[in-house]
Amino acid sequence: MLKQIEGSRAVAEAVALCRPEVICAYPISPQTHIVEALGEIVSSGRLAPCEFVNVESEFAAMSVAIGASAAGARAYTATASQGLLYMAEALFNASGLGLPIVMTVANRAIGAPINIWNDHTDTMSQRDCGWIQLFAENNQEALDLHVIAFRLAEELSLPVMVCMDGFILTHAYERVDVPDQAQVDAYLPPFNPRQILDPAEPVSIGAMVGPEAFMEVRYLAHAKQSQALSLIPRWAGAFRQAFGREAGGLARSYRTEEAETIVVALGSVLGTLKDTVDELRESGGRIGVLGVSCFRPWPFAAVREALAGAQRVVVVEKGMAVGVGGIVSNNVRTAISTRPIPVYDVVAGLGGRPITKASLAAVLQRAMTDDLELTTFLDLDRALVEKVLRKEREVRRSGPIAEQVLKLKG
Amino acid sequence: MAALSKVALICVKTTAAAASRMTLVFQIRIHGRGGQGVVSAAEMLSIAAFNEGKHAQAFPSFGSERTGAPVVAYCRLDEREIRVREPIMHPDALIIQDPTLLHQVDVFAGLSPSAYILINTTRSFEELGVADFVRGFQPERLCTVPANELALKHVGRPVPSAALLGGFAALSGLVSLESVAQAIRSKFSGRLAEGNVAAAAAAFKHAQAN
Repeated sequence: MLKQIEGSRAVAEAVALCRPEVICAYPISPQTHIVEALGEIVSSGRLAPCEFVNVESEFAAMSVAIGASAAGARAYTATASQGLLYMAEALFNASGLGLPIVMTVANRAIGAPINIWNDHTDTMSQRDCGWIQLFAENNQEALDLHVIAFRLAEELSLPVMVCMDGFILTHAYERVDVPDQAQVDAYLPPFNPRQILDPAEPVSIGAMVGPEAFMEVRYLAHAKQSQALSLIPRWAGAFRQAFGREAGGLARSYRTEEAETIVVALGSVLGTLKDTVDELRESGGRIGVLGVSCFRPWPFAAVREALAGAQRVVVVEKGMAVGVGGIVSNNVRTAISTRPIPVYDVVAGLGGRPITKASLAAVLQRAMTDDLELTTFLDLDRALVEKVLRKEREVRRSGPIAEQVLKLKG
Repeated sequence: MAALSKVALICVKTTAAAASRMTLVFQIRIHGRGGQGVVSAAEMLSIAAFNEGKHAQAFPSFGSERTGAPVVAYCRLDEREIRVREPIMHPDALIIQDPTLLHQVDVFAGLSPSAYILINTTRSFEELGVADFVRGFQPERLCTVPANELALKHVGRPVPSAALLGGFAALSGLVSLESVAQAIRSKFSGRLAEGNVAAAAAAFKHAQAN
């Protein structure tokens, strides 16, 4: 049924249709509306049986989800930013134990300096925690990815993070098609766990493993993620058949036919990029877009294949490894390491800085003529940065950096 | 629909360089203060347009929303899927919920003389001190509505957003008053909904007579 609703509400509706039996809720912007809406749905009796657990922290949220999942319940939670970092230890446990928890992350910057706005630093910081990471381009995909995520998680017995841009998607009202219960039930069978804490058939989950077996257990985690690379397209295909629209998968190309330049990105910036690329195409630019839906596991082959015809690649990403540069771009480089083409890295939108079509068009035009540094920062106020650096050279007690930048910004 | 295409033609003229994809989009920027329902106004407007089969996207400016602090919300309307996520920098219409912002915030940023302006006030553009700014604008696209007064009368509190949407429906013809009423009823219920619907209807009438 078509509805004009907030992204967070759309996700809550999708999660409810997936019939989770345990929802762990702890508020943090910009994720809060999701668990609030789920709280309403549970208290109205529409989603039953379901235990809605108000926990005291994100660490507790993930710990409760782990316990619930190990006991055979379909478990869900949501978080963002510092909340994701606070549950970091439990994240590794969830994946290490192979528990199919689904979690929404409403992507938000990480402090310091404190910032509540969107970028991808939070989930990028947890890219190696063993969870599958799927990125939503718009609210329809955010909704759809949750249905896919539960199917995938339970098939593989691995946890899945659905990443959606905080505020930009979570707080946006747009048209979404909310499936009906029968459709979701047909796609997502009841949870049939690979392992379960059952007093009738006791097992222990979470044994200590020494040097004699640890490598093997870790290898199996890696093998499972590789297995995910073939299951993800399969479940995206099944989704397309059942629901009649595209969602998920590994990566999707847009106007890449005869493209000399391909722009790679994740999440909601893909919409702005597609509009920008349409305009560049109209003025004769041979440019297209590759949207990566699945960041973990990293789809080496799909990316390599999608970029096979490109003479250069531009990665627009909302995060960076400080002291290195782009994170997604480094993954792209490994995927196409046998081809000596430039991979330009454009770090954009940190801490909620708007990513405009005008700025994207300008940087892409430069890239198309190979007139771009390998790593650039979109709309960076370079003069301001130079001032701060100069002061640091001249004055020993130059003071806190964030406050200086704010003062210079006026 | 007719109004949207009329506006679209003007958009083509003013943004000649724009790609064909952009020519149908209509962009509204709403300025107000925390507590006035600025974000709700954008959301309800998107619901009203959705009710008429249009694609619509509404989103707030994501500031730290405190009571009384300046707040901006955006709404885009289009006949096809809206993909762009940038803030609205060149609005086709401006709704100003609090006229004290006129001289505090650059509410007119990026505005072209073909734009619609709707201000919540009992005063005129001249009395508000913005007559010079709107000199080149089309007079039939400039409108004031005493939305606070209408809200006080029909809702009992000075919450101007629903009334302004009624005024905007009359001014722009982009959405019908019925769709606005339906949107209000999907956001609120009971007496609150009906009060806001009445305020919107009164503002619609006021704007039409204006």
